Amino acid sequence: MNPNVATSMTSATNATSAASATSATSAAKPDPRQNAVHRARKRNNTIALALSLGAMAFGVFWLLWILFETVRLGVGGLALSVFTEMTPPPQAETGGLANAIFGSVVMVGLATLIGTPIGVLSGVYLAEYGQKTWLGRVTQFINDILLSAPSIVIGLFIYALVVARWKSFSAIAGVLALALIVIPVVIRTTENMLSLIPHALREAAYALGTPKWKVIWSVTLKSARAGVVTGVLLAVARIAGETAPLLFTALSNQFWTTDLSQPMASLPVTIFKFAMSPYENWQKLAWAGVFIITMGVLALNILARVLFKNKN
Amino acid sequence: MTALSTHGEPPPERRVVAPWADAVFSLLAHGAAWFTLLLLVAIIGSLLMGAMPAIREYGLGFLTNAEWDPVKEKFGGLVMIYGTLMTSFIALLIAVPVSFGIALFLTELSPAWLKRPLGTAIELLAAVPSIVYGMWGLLVFGPILATYVQGPLQKMFGGVPYLGAFFSGPPVGIGILSAGIILAIMIIPFIASVMRDVFEVTPPMLKESAYALGSTTWEVVWRIVLPYTKAGVVGGIMLGLGRALGETMAVTFVIGNMNQLDSLSIFEAANSITSALANEFAEAGEGLHQASLIYLGLVLFFITFVVLALSKWLLSSLKKNEGKRT
Repeated sequence: MNPNVATSMTSATNATSAASATSATSAAKPDPRQNAVHRARKRNNTIALALSLGAMAFGVFWLLWILFETVRLGVGGLALSVFTEMTPPPQAETGGLANAIFGSVVMVGLATLIGTPIGVLSGVYLAEYGQKTWLGRVTQFINDILLSAPSIVIGLFIYALVVARWKSFSAIAGVLALALIVIPVVIRTTENMLSLIPHALREAAYALGTPKWKVIWSVTLKSARAGVVTGVLLAVARIAGETAPLLFTALSNQFWTTDLSQPMASLPVTIFKFAMSPYENWQKLAWAGVFIITMGVLALNILARVLFKNKN
Repeated sequence: MTALSTHGEPPPERRVVAPWADAVFSLLAHGAAWFTLLLLVAIIGSLLMGAMPAIREYGLGFLTNAEWDPVKEKFGGLVMIYGTLMTSFIALLIAVPVSFGIALFLTELSPAWLKRPLGTAIELLAAVPSIVYGMWGLLVFGPILATYVQGPLQKMFGGVPYLGAFFSGPPVGIGILSAGIILAIMIIPFIASVMRDVFEVTPPMLKESAYALGSTTWEVVWRIVLPYTKAGVVGGIMLGLGRALGETMAVTFVIGNMNQLDSLSIFEAANSITSALANEFAEAGEGLHQASLIYLGLVLFFITFVVLALSKWLLSSLKKNEGKRT
């Protein structure tokens, strides 16, 4: 691997140096053929850079377009009733998303509460205990895979573990599925943030005779606080929009419920149901829901970035 | 001074506060790490167990059988597997060059004050929930794609033998092509930010040497930066592929959810593993239907696992090389 890269690199450098050497001689004695090479190189460069600019514009274009449509179509459906009334039957005059919003808040909140401690502790293990052990390496590897694993598979897993056993869809199952998505996100950021803390800080604390748990708790974790909070915010943003793992765990519910052993509505699942329907009032509510979710998630993301930037 | 005056006396007694705390904390941290490890084992185990009836019934023939008929209880996963692979392939076809361009722009072209906001804008694309992509794709993007892209494409390739088959069918804006394009938009931020990060680890010395020899920016990127970061770039592409394979909601909205493989056209509605799961699983009766769906989930998990493991391995091999070099 290593020598391979090295040889291809030197050959590349040789090629460019040869090219520039010839172009240097051409400066002394103008040669139309050499000039053509020079022009071609310049032209290729301009084309490539223009394409790169185009790619950048392409990327930003989609973001702006999606945001624009979300605002355009979402604001129209936005009213106070969206937050105060229950999800309506098809073709009803009124109705809102109150139970879905409530369900989302409850499930995302509980999932964060369950997932965060496990994630932070795992992250602490990776950064403070297990850098050189097999368990540390394997956990890190697996965590990176879980981070990008299809979320619908997590739903299948919780279905088999909880729903199939108790023979009922329930909010608890939804909470567990979301918590399993929180964990890898928090582990990743906690570990990254802890490994940024200078070793001198830890050594100073150890030199004072501080036990390891106290060093971690009141020195390293405390200095990495902003980073860990960023991770939790990003995790919340991630699960707030997750639909797939809720489809066959929490399912959905037309009514207001606080019973965690019953199916519970959530904003993303309700949007899914409403958007796929042919009813106009449902579609309008779905757009309002999309607006709420998009703005919420983007705000959380930006907040996390600002928080992290201020600290560093 | 005081230290000197206490010479001879025994040192002050060392007070140990909560001697068990260290052990408990270490146990908790170890436990959390084991939990993550066991989670993966449990996921694979539960998928295998759930899929067992279907695995026993069909074996590996499941993967090449295109018949999916819940009424007659006959199941084969080829249609969904084809849909998943084809949409991801189209997504990569679009996303890789665009991401490369974005990374090139962010590392070599962009003025310093624009780097951060533009980088953030691209990363925010990854933050938009997939259900938003889905709804936007179905109701806004699909109709536009049908009118302005599919129609002209059909006119262009309609008469061409073989190739024409890919562009036949009704241009309704729903199907493999639209799913692929939306997936591309969704994975661009992942690939682009990995590429940007690995481009930035190229030693400035190498780049400056090339510039000093008269290379153009493009030549530096193509002949110095890219060969140096090859492994990382492929790793980033694999990461994007892993994301595309497992994406559920956006695909479910726009792929059309039709179990057909009669026509290979990319305009035709189709089905993917994830959208089949999303649509059918909650309603599927226990037994072979459910087991077959879990079998599909297992196949998906297996493919993404391999792709993501490869990505991780490539990215870490780049990091190791970097350590040796400097």
